[in-house]
Amino acid sequence: MQTAEQALSARELRPEPRVPFDFKWLVIGLAVALAGYLALIPLGFLLWQSFFTPSTASQAAQFTFGNYRDAYSSLETARLFGNSLRFAAGTSTLSFLVGTALAWMNERTNTPFKKVFFSLSLIPLIIPGILFTVSWIFLASPKIGLINLALQDTLGTHHAFVNVYSIWGMIWVDGLHYSPMAFLLMSAAFRSMDPSLEESAMMSGANMLQVAGRITLRLAWPAAFATLLILFVRALESFEVPALLGMPVGIEVFTSSIYQAIHRYPSQVGLASSYAVTLLCITSVGIYLQSRLSSQGNRYATVTGKGFRPRLIDLGRWRYLTAGLFVLYFLLIVVLPFLVLLWSSFQRFYSVPSAAALKHLTLEPYRFIITYPTLGESVWNSVVLSLSSATTIMLLTSVICWIVVKTRLPGRWLLDNLASFPMVFPGLVLGLAIMIFYLNVNIGIYGTLWIMFIAYVTRFLPYGMRYNTASMMQIHKELEESATMSGASWTTAFWRVVLPLLKPGLMAGWIYIVIVSVRELSSSILLYSPGSEVVSITIWELWQNGQYVELSALGVMLIMALLLLVIAAQFIGKRFGIQEA
Amino acid sequence: MLKVTGLCTEYAAYDQRAKPVRAAQDVSFEVAEGSFFTLLGPSGCGKTTTLRSIAGLEKPVSGEIRVGERLVYSSARNTFVAPNKRNIGMVFQSYAIWPHMNVFQNAAFPLQVNGARPGKKAIEEKVMRVLAAVGLDQLAGREATRLSGGQQQRLALARALVMEPHLLLLDEPLSNLDAKLRQKMRFELKRLQSELGVTTVYVTHDQSEALALSHEIAVMNEGRIVQIGSPRDIYDAPRSRFVADFVGTTNFLEGEIAAGSDDGRYTVRTGVGEFSAQAIGMLRTGDPIVLSVRPEDIQLFERRPEQHDGSNICEGIVEARVFLGECVDFGIKLGAQTLFARGHPSLRAAVGEPIFLRLNPEKCIALAEAPH
Repeated sequence: MQTAEQALSARELRPEPRVPFDFKWLVIGLAVALAGYLALIPLGFLLWQSFFTPSTASQAAQFTFGNYRDAYSSLETARLFGNSLRFAAGTSTLSFLVGTALAWMNERTNTPFKKVFFSLSLIPLIIPGILFTVSWIFLASPKIGLINLALQDTLGTHHAFVNVYSIWGMIWVDGLHYSPMAFLLMSAAFRSMDPSLEESAMMSGANMLQVAGRITLRLAWPAAFATLLILFVRALESFEVPALLGMPVGIEVFTSSIYQAIHRYPSQVGLASSYAVTLLCITSVGIYLQSRLSSQGNRYATVTGKGFRPRLIDLGRWRYLTAGLFVLYFLLIVVLPFLVLLWSSFQRFYSVPSAAALKHLTLEPYRFIITYPTLGESVWNSVVLSLSSATTIMLLTSVICWIVVKTRLPGRWLLDNLASFPMVFPGLVLGLAIMIFYLNVNIGIYGTLWIMFIAYVTRFLPYGMRYNTASMMQIHKELEESATMSGASWTTAFWRVVLPLLKPGLMAGWIYIVIVSVRELSSSILLYSPGSEVVSITIWELWQNGQYVELSALGVMLIMALLLLVIAAQFIGKRFGIQEA
Repeated sequence: MLKVTGLCTEYAAYDQRAKPVRAAQDVSFEVAEGSFFTLLGPSGCGKTTTLRSIAGLEKPVSGEIRVGERLVYSSARNTFVAPNKRNIGMVFQSYAIWPHMNVFQNAAFPLQVNGARPGKKAIEEKVMRVLAAVGLDQLAGREATRLSGGQQQRLALARALVMEPHLLLLDEPLSNLDAKLRQKMRFELKRLQSELGVTTVYVTHDQSEALALSHEIAVMNEGRIVQIGSPRDIYDAPRSRFVADFVGTTNFLEGEIAAGSDDGRYTVRTGVGEFSAQAIGMLRTGDPIVLSVRPEDIQLFERRPEQHDGSNICEGIVEARVFLGECVDFGIKLGAQTLFARGHPSLRAAVGEPIFLRLNPEKCIALAEAPH
């Protein structure tokens, strides 16, 4: 009655918490191989491509430093660099200030209706960047912008008061767009702060200001700085705002330059790659610093899981002002953009709201959109892609997180980093890298949905890691060990005990990935081809064709659909808590 | 029934580059069929690692483990049976009740995943029988998350027993319960174990639990078993300073052997006088020893006692006095040392007053010590 496992080498006799099991190793091996494949291969090809001339029919690719020379020797690049930094710095500062102020009001003061505000703060997440940008063009363009027209009307001038087609306009729109993320991250930071730390400072005789300056801020600064960094990186990566607002007036940043280099004729993939590598370097440094800071922040982590109630600051009558700020914010970020889309979606041609235009309300754009030839296909593609990538990611990362959190396998930190690595890829850069890879290694998926599936899975893998790591850590290892002692194999224990226990996190992460997949534009834009368009690409095309009212109709329907999903997410989030990665 | 031979384990240090930490070192013991065996020791002594090695949740570095006739681990023969193939029931410290299943589903799980899957009817019958044994049959449909601590503990026990294991392992199962419930569950455990006759290995750091439950106790320290014996042996005849100190409360007086005799009776010289004491094993005149005597083995008198031929009697000063109801605890200054003694509440000696002690010679244990 001996089940000797002869395969054990002497080294493996070192204790591991679990026992080798054939099928388990197969699953683990597959997970590792997939994570490595997804995270590293495109990067390798991107680097490789940046050192080669484009291969044409008459000439094979040749090794060259030319791309970098072109990219770095021109004055254009210096301006590009400056623009990108100004844009990212402005955007991250604006969104950080707005988000932090709101988070503080929401977590630490007695502002009325806070709970409602917190639920509403998730709504901006569902508005795709391209729709948000378009709606702000309707609101603040110098010619047709409603804000300008309203001001001109009342003041009787022709002066353009606000101009969204400028660096400040770009910062305004993108800063607003990223402020919910700052709000959520800073809310978490404020919430996790143990109030007894502040109270003990007060008992030591410190006054309000001393407590704020010497305790609260000191405790919050790693989180605050990490938030600022991630916002900076996200702003550098953002594509919609620079493409729609910057490109028409020649304000180029890295992302829009990469896009233009590809879409030039002949397309300059090498130049785009060298820009992409530069951008990647900057974002990698940012993400690296951010993760260092976050883990440093964990040292002061005051999260105990106990349900303490932070002491609230009584604002007195000022609390109506803070409530008013919340309302104003919500107007700027949800109500106005949505209303302007809604208005234009009922017009035959885009026109400014007026009594005259009111007479011409029509459902024509909706009719047009519903019969739009590629719409059915693009909706289907979006649904298939978002559902399949969300499911794949959550299952794949559940295995990866199990390895990272529950085993003591050597090299598991590498796996963790590998699966979180796509975090540094701006969407456009990832799209470019994947495009290059599958152009060079032809396995028949270029131009199909599969290539976009791979891009989505890679891009959102880190989100899956976050959701699953958090809930995996909450599963006591004895819950699984007791299944093993009951005679369950690893597969049975994983399927019947670990996965069911992960469910709240799995569901929340799944819905979040579905939402961000539907919004996804910047990777898709380099990878789609006729037949594999997704909804966001259709919106992009409508914009390029100048079909603004039709775009609005599609946007309104998309927002409504995503809203339903978020309501479901809120419902599940009650059990787990949604977080923005 | 269970035979562990030369078991050594180690685990990777937190810092992966550091040398692995040794846990159990050369642990050997045997557990007879149907008996209740306890591994007792302070935290970090290797008792849990030993238990987990028996379970198969940890892989030892060397040694051999047999359950019944079956070799489940042997480093020499390169044998390792996976934990889910060992048919060993285990109750975890946290109980590890699966929150997504109800009481019945928790208890039925082992029968559903085992190789020989009995029919649905058979499963139900077995589960209800084991639930009835632990008194949970009324709650079979209840969500596991809605059980109290004591009920969770019973359910964990039911789940471990339902597959009729060769061996039952208990990893500090009572440590998460409050004091009253712990006492109740202690009796319950003892009753169940003797009724079912299942061979049990129990891990605890609580000496009173170990003394109350076990047929045999192995006291562990720093990865090694320092003494194996019946509860009474361990308590009355500790072999080392560590065992005397860890199991129960005791007083130590350092000294040396002044004279010996053939019947294991010695005269020892300490800083506060000469005493007659017992010892296990041979000691020679001049050997450094430490004299161990438990508080309840010190008789107290307000006046120098006339009986007892005057030996093992000394005089001290009451330093502290704690009234506990059924007894009074005294701290008594004896030279540079304080001895603790337990006296009858009728003793009225106040703090600062002299008091006389008699160290029961039958219960004074001389323990050999390495010279300092």
